[in-house]
Amino acid sequence: MKYLSEYRNLEATKKILDEIHKITTREWNIMEICGGQTHSLVKNGILELLPEKVRMIHGPGCPVCVTPLNLIDKAIELLEQGVIVCSFGDMIRVPGSKKSLLEAKALGGDLRILYSPIEAVSIAKQNPDKQVVFFAVGFETTAPANALSVLHAEKEEISNYSILASHVLVPPAMEAILDDKFCTIDAFLAAGHVCAIMGIQEYYPLVEKYKIPIVVTGFEPLDLVQGIYMAVKQLEEGKHKLENQYARIVKEHGNNSAINVIQKVFEIGNREWRGIGEIPNSGYVIKEAYKKYDAELKFKINNINVPENPNCIAGEILRGIKKPNQCDQFGKTCKPSNPLGAPMVSSEGACAAYYHFSNNLID
Amino acid sequence: MDIENIGFETINLGHGSGGELTRNLLDKIIFKTFSNPYLDQKHDGSIVKIEGEIAISTDSFVITPIFFKGGNIGSLSVHGTVNDVAMCGAIPKYISLAFIVEEGLKVSEFIKIVQSIKKAADESGVLIITGDTKVVERGKGDKIFINTTGFGAVHPNAHISVNNIKEGDKIIVNGYIAQHGMAIMSEREGLEFESTIESDSTNLNFLVNDLLDSFGEKIKLFRDPTRGGLGTVLHEIANDINKGVFLKETNIPLEKQVAAACEMLGLDPMYVANEGVFLVVVDPSVETEVLTLMRNHKKGKNAAIIGKITSEHPNKVVMESLIGGKRIVSPLVGEQLPRIC
Repeated sequence: MKYLSEYRNLEATKKILDEIHKITTREWNIMEICGGQTHSLVKNGILELLPEKVRMIHGPGCPVCVTPLNLIDKAIELLEQGVIVCSFGDMIRVPGSKKSLLEAKALGGDLRILYSPIEAVSIAKQNPDKQVVFFAVGFETTAPANALSVLHAEKEEISNYSILASHVLVPPAMEAILDDKFCTIDAFLAAGHVCAIMGIQEYYPLVEKYKIPIVVTGFEPLDLVQGIYMAVKQLEEGKHKLENQYARIVKEHGNNSAINVIQKVFEIGNREWRGIGEIPNSGYVIKEAYKKYDAELKFKINNINVPENPNCIAGEILRGIKKPNQCDQFGKTCKPSNPLGAPMVSSEGACAAYYHFSNNLID
Repeated sequence: MDIENIGFETINLGHGSGGELTRNLLDKIIFKTFSNPYLDQKHDGSIVKIEGEIAISTDSFVITPIFFKGGNIGSLSVHGTVNDVAMCGAIPKYISLAFIVEEGLKVSEFIKIVQSIKKAADESGVLIITGDTKVVERGKGDKIFINTTGFGAVHPNAHISVNNIKEGDKIIVNGYIAQHGMAIMSEREGLEFESTIESDSTNLNFLVNDLLDSFGEKIKLFRDPTRGGLGTVLHEIANDINKGVFLKETNIPLEKQVAAACEMLGLDPMYVANEGVFLVVVDPSVETEVLTLMRNHKKGKNAAIIGKITSEHPNKVVMESLIGGKRIVSPLVGEQLPRIC
């Protein structure tokens, strides 16, 4: 299949893997930022095909995992108030402090699973006597569509639509990880699809400030091994530069239309990351002109605050300090059917990847 | 069947009351469609004769949407149960048929469903010998639910049991996986996408019968991976026999359009439901012959050997990926959900 089978080609992948084995002389820790990359690495069995000296550290790029616990409780509160809550699918099984969205649905909440926030605007239009909220989480990748839904609602004068937003940004998270005293990361694979929206300009200052190689990388097996090869090559040669492995998708300046839509609705502000805490200027907040679409203000739920489960080490997992199988709860008290934290249920969570695809295969 | 002669356009609570309206519904639609010597006696039940050991299987069908590309809830309710009986190594002969209808269902839709039940039953060679119709208030059902129970005579050559499975046995599937689930997914509210993917819903009993005729006890197991998909069923087998299952991803039959739809929605075809797929565990001495027989049958044209039973990694299903890496295939937990990005 075009753009699929070529990048899952055994021969091509093996050739690059052989090259990685050839050039690796020292131990290197490489963090892949995106949870989609983590899943591809584990699902395709790439981790065991890499030299022992090349260790992949799994990054924070799982939108579901970094969404604060209190936001899930807020969405549940809305459901219980009779609001139609629309959400991306993999958000609904994540445990809140008392229950998940899926459990709230079973108790009578009107929860709709959608692929696009634009559909939520249509639902609002069809249900003028109901309030409709889209649970707008994610990184730079989902921000344009979420912003666009607000612009659609404004254009069509739909007043019963709002968003419960928690958008986070990749570069500030990378900086927070690099500033952590436990950080052992030698190079990054940047998240290809985030860069498809935002471009790669933001990463030059990081490369310079921290003298660290960053390779913008895709998600297919061939993309990943090539990204890893480029990172290892830089490290072995003592270089640090920004490279773009995913050039077939990622352009230097990103997608202008998408960026314009984001900037119209959102501005950069402080954001809380689940398991990591607040990172300054690390997310998008709704601009003053669009505050009437902010569900937290509209339904006065911004004071809901709940503590994390103390047994979950999601914070250390998301910062790459520990691997999922180094958690005492992994596969025992914490399973996808009974998760302690988000990384075990999200389709991009590192714990879920280990549980589903590599249970006992990876030491 | 002419709807004008039926005398009503929607099904209401009265049609489930047991009174005249019920008789009307039964006579004009059910008995007329399914007429056979057993049903025509219009008794409380039917008395039938089945020689030897009997396999019985029951299933309830609650699918949404009730009409989909490649079938509807009616044909599905026959195929599902016929196949479950066949998976026991039996030849399905009779099925029961029970409807729970939500009031307000259009009679035209009900007739369409009943007619596809008739067609599927005829094609599968089974008779509907008893049934029931209940009507529930609006909001207490989802248009229509169907329960069917199938009865069949166990094939004289059948030795179907997980206990017969040995290391080295081969696992064969009859064709493309994940067709049914993706056909349904493409028509679900909020997820609609344009595709020509059709459900694979079909009866597998004749192919199963041919396999048992030719290979008898060399066939160790039949399973149809419906809900939970191929991954979940293989995991169950590994657990049941305390051995490992080793698969090669390159050998798993997956149609291109289905593969693309799974990629787009972020779903793993290994966990997507099938309704016309079954896997056979066979003795390695007959693997080629089994494969040839299956490929020459219209229900097994795309059959493939996908893996084997191994003593390594007991209780686990391990799959060699397209690029030569290895991964675990764990059982599905809950429903597969669309991803964020």
